[in-house]
Amino acid sequence: MAEHTSIMTAPKRILTDAMIAEIEALAPRYPDRRALTLPALHIVNDALRHVPLQAVVEIAAVLGLAPAEVQDTLSFYAFFPQDKPAGEVRAWVCRSISCALRGGEEVLEHLCHVAGIEPGGTTTDGTLTIEPAECLGACDFAPCMLAGKELHKNLTPESAAAFVRATQKRFVRP
Amino acid sequence: MPPFTPVLLEAVGIPNGHTLASYRSRGGYAPLEQILREKQPVDVVEMVKASGLRGRGGAGFSTGLKWSFLPKDHPGPIYLCINADESEPGTFNNRILMEDDPHQVIEGIILAAYATRATTAYLYLRYEYPQSWERLQGAIDEAYAAGYLGSAIKGSSFSLNLYLHKGAAAYICGEETGLIESLEGKRAWPRIKPPFPAVEGLFRKPTVVNNIETMACVAQIARRGIDWFRSIGVPADPANPRDPGSYGPKLYCLSGHVERPGCYEAPLGITARQLINEYGGGVWKGRRAKAAIPGGISMGLLTEAELDTPLDFAGPGRVGCLGLGTAAVVVIDETVSIVDFLHNSCRFFAHESCGQCTPCREGTAWSLRMLERIKAGKGRLKDLELLAEIGNTMGMMPGSTICGLADGAAWPIKNAIKKFRGEFEDYIKTTNPTGWMVTDPVPALQIVGAH
Repeated sequence: MAEHTSIMTAPKRILTDAMIAEIEALAPRYPDRRALTLPALHIVNDALRHVPLQAVVEIAAVLGLAPAEVQDTLSFYAFFPQDKPAGEVRAWVCRSISCALRGGEEVLEHLCHVAGIEPGGTTTDGTLTIEPAECLGACDFAPCMLAGKELHKNLTPESAAAFVRATQKRFVRP
Repeated sequence: MPPFTPVLLEAVGIPNGHTLASYRSRGGYAPLEQILREKQPVDVVEMVKASGLRGRGGAGFSTGLKWSFLPKDHPGPIYLCINADESEPGTFNNRILMEDDPHQVIEGIILAAYATRATTAYLYLRYEYPQSWERLQGAIDEAYAAGYLGSAIKGSSFSLNLYLHKGAAAYICGEETGLIESLEGKRAWPRIKPPFPAVEGLFRKPTVVNNIETMACVAQIARRGIDWFRSIGVPADPANPRDPGSYGPKLYCLSGHVERPGCYEAPLGITARQLINEYGGGVWKGRRAKAAIPGGISMGLLTEAELDTPLDFAGPGRVGCLGLGTAAVVVIDETVSIVDFLHNSCRFFAHESCGQCTPCREGTAWSLRMLERIKAGKGRLKDLELLAEIGNTMGMMPGSTICGLADGAAWPIKNAIKKFRGEFEDYIKTTNPTGWMVTDPVPALQIVGAH
């Protein structure tokens, strides 16, 4: 019954005016508002590190779409976390062939070991998510990792461990 | 082979080579201004057709011909999409171009838009390239400020808006109709062709989709001329009327087990061995190569003995590979198990199959399950037959799928089993001495981390 009530009461809005303005600023670029779907998902995900279902409903309302259309697109990419936010830093570790030939899988394993999580998991302090990635297009620096916007090149177990420690230190709250 | 002076990569290593000032000082944008003053769009189409430029994204289709498929006298709009969803394992040449010389790419885009009469161009950039995004956006801002983008470009009647559009980490968006669907805000399921995008593409309007390196080639053809472009590469085979030749410089990505991985510019037709030895410093650690991927993982495998294959559009096909692809060469040294290689390949395609066509969705997943089992020491010789059957039956070529992803998934399987069958058999017999001959159905192992 409690759950039922929560659906009936209007939930707090997730999309901020700033997010909606950011989405609308892109609208003149496209002849069809549905093309704003990916940009809108990125805008929400950049701000919240995930796109909860309610945000999907709100994006759909902004774009004049059915929520199912937005959810369909979101779920296809398996890129936007939905249930809970990714870590402050989202690290993608390449496991495709060029990196794998130079120890990429071992680096991924070592990173997860040092962080104490499984691939795809987030540290309990919420600072770091480590995910396997397919080719990051930086094979000249294999094995590599994209953490946020930063490309980490020619990783070793040592530099991988140092990255985990530095990340956790950066976001430690007193 | 005489040393080749890089053209497409001329800005690499130049301080601030990515800026408008640097690009102009190298002669950039002057050809565009001259063409806008003196030439008609059809002249640009004819120039690119005459150059023999073939698309650099993987399929190698004639760029000028692709443009000429657009309907004549269409009231518009016509759209130009630039495919920067570079995701083929081993490939990073577009990244280098976008980061080190974005204006070369942008000049090519403006020329392509002028030729196709597109007034809006979308550059679909993969999520994994944040540095490229920043460099491109900076260069686009510079180009608008300098009057190369926007309305009435350089006093002409031609206008163009160029927008960046960010992907979300899906390989299938590199397929041109998958890219279009993704841009429209939908799941990136490739479309059945025809209608081809030139007739009905983005927002149901005529659309051309071109690769980043193709755009850089267009800019250089405009600057240096048709004769220059045709003086490089491999001429058409006169004995084969269907061979359009392989003209121009090409960016080769070299990675894996080489001393100096990198993106190297060479005339089309350089052999894999020359690339590895003369540019890459040889196989690393003084080892021998066991095999090499000729042009991205979906092209299959060259054996060591096949490394003298010329890497032009026709070369890799002569030794059973799918084609030149993205010209990304990945070297695999003698210490690597071919089982591990194929497992990596199958995992990639199982992860990246979009799920639309059943033979691909199920075939890629099934092949991964078999490779997991073989790796775990529970392989059977029969699995090699099953893998070959999957390889032979999924794809556009056998006619069971909408797009070529499945062909790309099938080729490493087919090449590996055909060219390294002995190694597979040895591995299976050694690791599964009591069960390698079993032919009854066996259960799959649980896969960890396939998705």
